[in-house]
Amino acid sequence: MIEVQGLNKIYGDFQALKDLDFTIKKGEILGLLGPNGAGKTTTMRILTCFLQPTSGTIKVKDYNVLDDPLAIKNMIGYLPESAPLYGEMLVYDYLAYVAAMRGLDGGLKVERIAELVDTCGLKEVVHKAIHELSKGFKQRVGLAHAMMGDPEILVLDEPTSGLDPNQIVEIRQLIKEIGKEKTVVFSTHILSEAEATCDRVVIINRGEIVADGATDHLVREFGGGAVVDVLLQHDDASRVTAEFKRVAGIERLEEITQAGEGLVKMAIFSKEEEDIRPALYRVIREQGWDLLDFHRRTETLENIFAQLTREN
Amino acid sequence: MMSGALTVFKKELRGFFFSPIAYIVITTFLLLSGWFFFSTFFLYNQAELRNFFSQLPIIFAFIVPAVTMRLFSEELNSGSFELLSTLPITSSGIVIGKFLAALTFIALMLLPTIAYAFSAALLGDLDWGPVFGGYCGALLLAGAYVGIGLLASSLTKNQIVAFIIGMAICFMLTIFDRMLFFVPESLLAIFAYLGSTTHFQNISRGIIDTRDLLYFLSIMFLALYATTVVLKEKSNYSA
Repeated sequence: MIEVQGLNKIYGDFQALKDLDFTIKKGEILGLLGPNGAGKTTTMRILTCFLQPTSGTIKVKDYNVLDDPLAIKNMIGYLPESAPLYGEMLVYDYLAYVAAMRGLDGGLKVERIAELVDTCGLKEVVHKAIHELSKGFKQRVGLAHAMMGDPEILVLDEPTSGLDPNQIVEIRQLIKEIGKEKTVVFSTHILSEAEATCDRVVIINRGEIVADGATDHLVREFGGGAVVDVLLQHDDASRVTAEFKRVAGIERLEEITQAGEGLVKMAIFSKEEEDIRPALYRVIREQGWDLLDFHRRTETLENIFAQLTREN
Repeated sequence: MMSGALTVFKKELRGFFFSPIAYIVITTFLLLSGWFFFSTFFLYNQAELRNFFSQLPIIFAFIVPAVTMRLFSEELNSGSFELLSTLPITSSGIVIGKFLAALTFIALMLLPTIAYAFSAALLGDLDWGPVFGGYCGALLLAGAYVGIGLLASSLTKNQIVAFIIGMAICFMLTIFDRMLFFVPESLLAIFAYLGSTTHFQNISRGIIDTRDLLYFLSIMFLALYATTVVLKEKSNYSA
């Protein structure tokens, strides 16, 4: 549905994007990940025809951002970072204005606004001026703006930034809901968010793609490790470490210090295909330690992200 | 494209009347023009509006940029320009919508001054021809200055800077005619054509000459075209 082909963007002497290539399938929820300044916003701005690429292009269906910006704008709903809406307008007036811009009129317009007020939970603020709204409501008005024309593609630039935890959960659920029917591209630097909502992630660092794939796929490809977290009642951490080290298959052992008085907390790393839990448990039983917590997880996207986007 | 421009037009025109600036500008304009007109009206002992119209270029040079200064600067400053330009509308659609809104606002601002004409008609035998010509000229002049004001507004995020740039250009065009004695004789014809006051006065006398029409229309066109170019380039270079 969306094809990014050899995309380059240069601002003065700064190359923001370097030969970006990826495709987005219809109905996919794609997360664009990367540290600040990696080129996420620039990519989205080119996709939404706000900026022009220095070279390369993005194709949406059969349209090209260089030649048919109007056709593409008609298919895309966009929410820029921090939702820069007209503060002095009332929410209803603003939505009516966006509806008119999207070519809706009369009864259709009223109907669509009512629908969006409902989906985005704007009922209590419809008659308030936008500048009076909290950040969360502003973001929701921005979402309503993006969804007004019932676009096939939604582009959301850090839709959850600056929101409180409850609002973040709400917006994420909304995105998942929308993503059932539409293609969604959104950027974030919160990795758990990408893991929770995306079908696929593209990680960008300094204008280049460093990883592209489904989240669990990326974890297998780049990390591939498993971690066992152990919490014990014991006074001497070094002794525990020494005992555990006898277990075969351990790659690394990390002691976590903030466990508390008389407690030892450890993260024990191994290869993913090897399950070292039985061997670890045997050690614990032999020693007669009091076990409080014992839990295995595969390495997270976070570690991989850090590894891929580290400086140099 | 036209439906998008129409939506922008409606939104901007309403926007004028939601902000106090509109009422301040209208009041200032009516006070200034009313005072300039009536303070000398009875001295001439003639029922005509020439004196009112002759002051318009200089008043417009200050008032029009104040009306247009926020139209793009505010959007560039708050970032809402990104939302606007990713809606299905071309940049020329945006510029035309805002231009017509500001011009309509100026026309509405001029509307109460028709009372001057009626007062003059009560006191003597008013010739309505030049009055009609005067208003046509005023709209053309306003159109040219609105174009310049929009261009100034598209250049900067700061409304005050936009006002000063717009005012400086409009003021220069207004006083060109009176500064001609500084200009070398070989360039006289060109500079005489560039000043707006003479063109405006020709039209407001009721003489419709294509050269005068062409002058105002070409300033409007050039300024609006330059605005679309500036907006396109601007979004491409600001990271």
